[in-house]
Amino acid sequence: MHLKYESTLREPLVDGVKDYHQVTEDIIGPIEAKPGKLWYIGLIISISLLLFGAFSVFWEVYFGTGVWNLNKTVGWGWDITNFVWWVGIGHAGTLISAILLLFRQGWRTGVNRAAEAMTIFAVMCAGQFPIWHMGRVWMAFFVLPYPNTRGPLWVNFNSPLLWDVFAISTYFTVSLLFWYSGLLPDFATVRDRAKTKLRKLLYGIAAFGWTGSTKHWQRHESLSLVLAGLSTPLVLSVHTIVSFDFATSVIPGWHTTIFPPYFVAGAIFSGFAMVQTLLIITRKILGLEEYITIGHIDAMNRVIVLTGSIVGVAYLTELFMAWYSGVQYEFDAFYKFRAAGPMGWSYYIMMTCNVVSPQIFWFRKLRRNIMVTFIMSIIVNIGMWFERFVIICSSLYRDYLPSSWSYYRPSWPEVGFYLGTFGLFFTCYFFFAKYFPVIAVAEIKSILKTSGQNFKEKMVKHEEEDLEKFAHDQAHH
Amino acid sequence: MAVKKFVVGSFDDEAVLFPAVKKVRAAGYRIHDVYTPFPVHGLDHALGLRETSLHTAGFIYGITGTTTALSFMSWIFTTDWPLNIGGKPHFPLPAFIPITFELTVLFSAVGMVMTFMYLCQMAPFVKKHIFHPRQTDDLFVMAIELTEKTRAEEVKAFLDSVGAKEINEQTAETGWWLGRWDREDKLFSKPAEPVNA
Repeated sequence: MHLKYESTLREPLVDGVKDYHQVTEDIIGPIEAKPGKLWYIGLIISISLLLFGAFSVFWEVYFGTGVWNLNKTVGWGWDITNFVWWVGIGHAGTLISAILLLFRQGWRTGVNRAAEAMTIFAVMCAGQFPIWHMGRVWMAFFVLPYPNTRGPLWVNFNSPLLWDVFAISTYFTVSLLFWYSGLLPDFATVRDRAKTKLRKLLYGIAAFGWTGSTKHWQRHESLSLVLAGLSTPLVLSVHTIVSFDFATSVIPGWHTTIFPPYFVAGAIFSGFAMVQTLLIITRKILGLEEYITIGHIDAMNRVIVLTGSIVGVAYLTELFMAWYSGVQYEFDAFYKFRAAGPMGWSYYIMMTCNVVSPQIFWFRKLRRNIMVTFIMSIIVNIGMWFERFVIICSSLYRDYLPSSWSYYRPSWPEVGFYLGTFGLFFTCYFFFAKYFPVIAVAEIKSILKTSGQNFKEKMVKHEEEDLEKFAHDQAHH
Repeated sequence: MAVKKFVVGSFDDEAVLFPAVKKVRAAGYRIHDVYTPFPVHGLDHALGLRETSLHTAGFIYGITGTTTALSFMSWIFTTDWPLNIGGKPHFPLPAFIPITFELTVLFSAVGMVMTFMYLCQMAPFVKKHIFHPRQTDDLFVMAIELTEKTRAEEVKAFLDSVGAKEINEQTAETGWWLGRWDREDKLFSKPAEPVNA
């Protein structure tokens, strides 16, 4: 039959000697085993953080947003910083699952499931901030355009903040559907090999009665492709719209047209860093080093150095335009209040973490070093948090009226709220890592015979063959 | 739906499955379905299935979203409550683009997934007959329907000759029913009458 050939110059995507059954064993196995001590410790820490976050939010709702250290000059502080940071992190998951699917990048199969899960959890965390920032949160549904008894008085469709409501909720819904439709066949795999009654029952419900019928696979492929096609412009639109929250205002430092591409690149940059952080730990603990290989880590580090450099160019463009435009307010915002002034320290943390440090990934040796990658991924996440902090707070704290100039540092409920979203994120991720197939089993099987190590080794003899003979042997079957 | 009799052959390699499908179809047997653990490209064509129209449905849902968003926002801002927002026009088309785009994507995605679920008859608590528990693991399972013209023994021998590893006879419900996966459901009192008796 047809020869599944891929050049041996390309690294294998699945290491070791594998067949289809072994793939199932390796990936579904951890679901069936008892979780280790580390899992319980991690989960307890996450739940504690979540509870502390819930308490901080309760405090804020009970006493009002006044318990946050926002003032009339700095109206957006940690809350919106965290919102933009979390949304940005989500973007890498969609990039891997959708954009790389359209570009036919085989390596996405090893990491897409976990990355998409990360997207969903990150967007859940992000959504908390604008909602609880409303203060009178019981009126949060006022953002929805529903017929009401106040006229009906509708929402303002001209407002980027309302666009955000639509963008984030659509993004969450579509990501969830995409992720879950991909999970159905894998849940069926868990169901059909389940030994315990409870597992059969629960995975039976979750798999929706999937059988693996050829017609269903055909529709499933079509669905995945179209959802990928829809998610690609969607993910670009989401951070574009988030950047409109700033770019459509008249605040010096926000009012710039490069914001949409600059934000999208930054989002992918921070998202890939978070994927690295999570997967380096996950592959180690679940023993999935043969599926999430050094090659995968290398590929993601290349994306990090690319997007990090795009972000760097954006920073420099901002500085250049602030001077070249000849607008005094722009110049002051960038050179006097951002790169200098009381908040200048945050600008340099941002520059070092986002622009300077990722440049080490031009070296192949460092890209393929797990410890270096792990440390870098944390540095990039810190840097990207500071980018949002710099954009938001250092543009606000010195406005047009010097008498209202102020400084901003967070109060404990703001910090607690942020820690709480970490709790939410990691609680979800721990449950995901234990009860869900962390790698897309069916997708790995579909690339196994082209990109698995033991199958690639069989291709060596074909590569040494004479071209004429090879064509004769393979072409007409 | 219907209780039918099948001869079921399991293959462990898609390279054996393809020629087998070809030969089984050429011999005139009716393939009920082939169950695979992952999407095997070209198998739908080998089985003679037509292309799915799911993407067309997705397009229709998408333009429904576009028109819903545009007409709703225009009606609100020009007719129902024309609000003066900083002296801006009542019909600011560029400002409508983001929400219009989001609703296009939302309608299309949700609609397609619902249609997919409906066409494949999938939902929580839906149960279907699984011909082989390893059809979601590492086996490619072909179910051949027995009609009045086919004899089970003959089909079994034929499947053996085309390379099936495991061959057996099963009586099964072809449709779905509601139930729990941890329980065996008794759907019919006795095996259906062999039609070729």
